[in-house]
Parts: sequence; structure tokens; C-alpha cells
Amino acid sequence: MTATRRFTVLDDGRPTEVDEPEGAALAKRAEAAGRPVAVDLDERVAYLGVGAAERAKALASLEAPDFTLPDLDGRRHSLSQYRGKKVLLVAYASW
Amino acid sequence: MHEELRGFGFTVITVALDPSTDDARPWIEAARPTHPSLIDTTHVLADLYNVVNVPTILWIDEHGRIVRPNDVAFGTDTFKHITGLSAATHLAALRAWVRGETTALPEARIRALQSLPTDDDQRARAEFGLGEWLFAHGRTEAAARHFAKAGELAPHDFTIRRGTMPMRGIDPMGPQFREMFGAWVKAGNPYYRPLAE
Repeated sequence: MTATRRFTVLDDGRPTEVDEPEGAALAKRAEAAGRPVAVDLDERVAYLGVGAAERAKALASLEAPDFTLPDLDGRRHSLSQYRGKKVLLVAYASW
Repeated sequence: MHEELRGFGFTVITVALDPSTDDARPWIEAARPTHPSLIDTTHVLADLYNVVNVPTILWIDEHGRIVRPNDVAFGTDTFKHITGLSAATHLAALRAWVRGETTALPEARIRALQSLPTDDDQRARAEFGLGEWLFAHGRTEAAARHFAKAGELAPHDFTIRRGTMPMRGIDPMGPQFREMFGAWVKAGNPYYRPLAE
């Protein structure tokens, strides 16, 4: 019996390993549910994103979406830690 | 700015939308910031806030509310000859808001100024997310295919079209960038989209 090949599902960026048929099925189901899905069948990876309606609703509420990201030392910071302060949020890049 | 205004209950948070921590490191080490200076290789922030280019700034008040949606502002006038944007204008407005000398825009106005993501924006971000993971796992050719697809889905999203150039072996300041930029502007599209006010 040959072993089933593994498939990586990145659910909003979080990876889980499943069997290949299950991975393909999960991607199909997410797409049917209206989520943006990117699939690479050769590489056996799928990315299940978050739909425009959900993102737009959150932004239009004007409640700043929370996030947690690392600094250079790997220390993680959440926007919500700075509640009580006014924040200038700056997205930049070296490119 | 952070140092000047921190006594008013204010902080700057910077987020580098760079392919790797090492890309952001020299910039952060040179700036020696006293505020949180974060690194976002997977574009978590771009996805949550519909960020399509850099620099993008937002103001968030002490209650966690967006009071100035995605805008373009620079800390210095280094790029003023290209952008036409003066750093002083934003800094003066920011200073007044932080010190409580002005009130923020009414909510209806903030919503009217917001740019919300479309289905294609989110499809592009899924392709980017897949490409970024493939790149991080050494599958650079497959990654490049998904970055290209993402760029086709959201041609206005330069966090994708320019931001992935280093992961495709392309100089993001080089001739291929200038060609992309030139074609985009020539077609009548803005590269930077500052708010109307």
C-alpha cells in the first residue's frame, strides 16, 4: 500500500497538514463558501483567505482590526496592548 | 515625533511589509526606534487594513477606533519631488490631533474616505499568501507563478507587485520597477493615493 501524500492547508495563514484528497476537498469547500482560495496542486498547498465582505465589514465598523506581529527580537506586540493611547500606525517597506 | 508626543498618550507603531526580517533589520537598527517596530513578512496588516502600497498611515484613537483611514504620508521630504506630498502637512495635523487641539473627522466622513477591499483584492492576497509560503519553503519558481497571478488580480496593489520583486530576483528599485511604474502612471493611474483632505 502506498502512503497518501500530504497536503498543506494554510487557513488564513495558519498551516495544517492533511492527506492530499482531504486538502483538495477543504479548498473546494472554502471556495464554495465564498472564501478566496489559491491552490497549487503540483506543490500540494492551498491558501484559504478571508473574503472581501468580512474584511470590508470590519473596516467600515471603524473598530481597528487587531493584529499581533514580532519585532526584530521576536517579541510579539498586539495593537490592542496600546489601547488608551493614540496610535500612528505606519506601514512601510525597504523596497 | 514619537518622542515629542509620547507624553500626550501617543505612540507610533511601524510595520515593515518586507520579505524577511533581515530586509527590515538595517532600517530598524539605523533608526533605533523607541516605539514598537514590527515586521510583517506575510502581510497580515495589508490583508486586515487593505494596504496596497507603502507608506500607508492610519490614525487610531485611544478607544481603538480608526479616525483617519489609509492615507499616504512621509516622515521626511526625501520623496517630495516625486510625490508632491509635504511631510510637514501631515505632521502638523498629527500633532494637533494628538494634543487634542482638533477633533477627528466625523464617522460618516471617515467611512466615505475609506477604501474597502474587493473580491479580486482578497483573491490576490490569497495568491500572495500561497506564494509567500512557497517562497519561505524554498519553492521559488512555484512562488513566482502565484505572485504573478496576484499582481494580475490586483494591479494597483504594489505591496504585491513591487513587494514581491525581491522574492522573484528582481531589483525593486531597478529598471523593471521603473517600467511597471511608468506604464501604470502613463495609463492615468495614481501610484500614491493620499486622502482628499
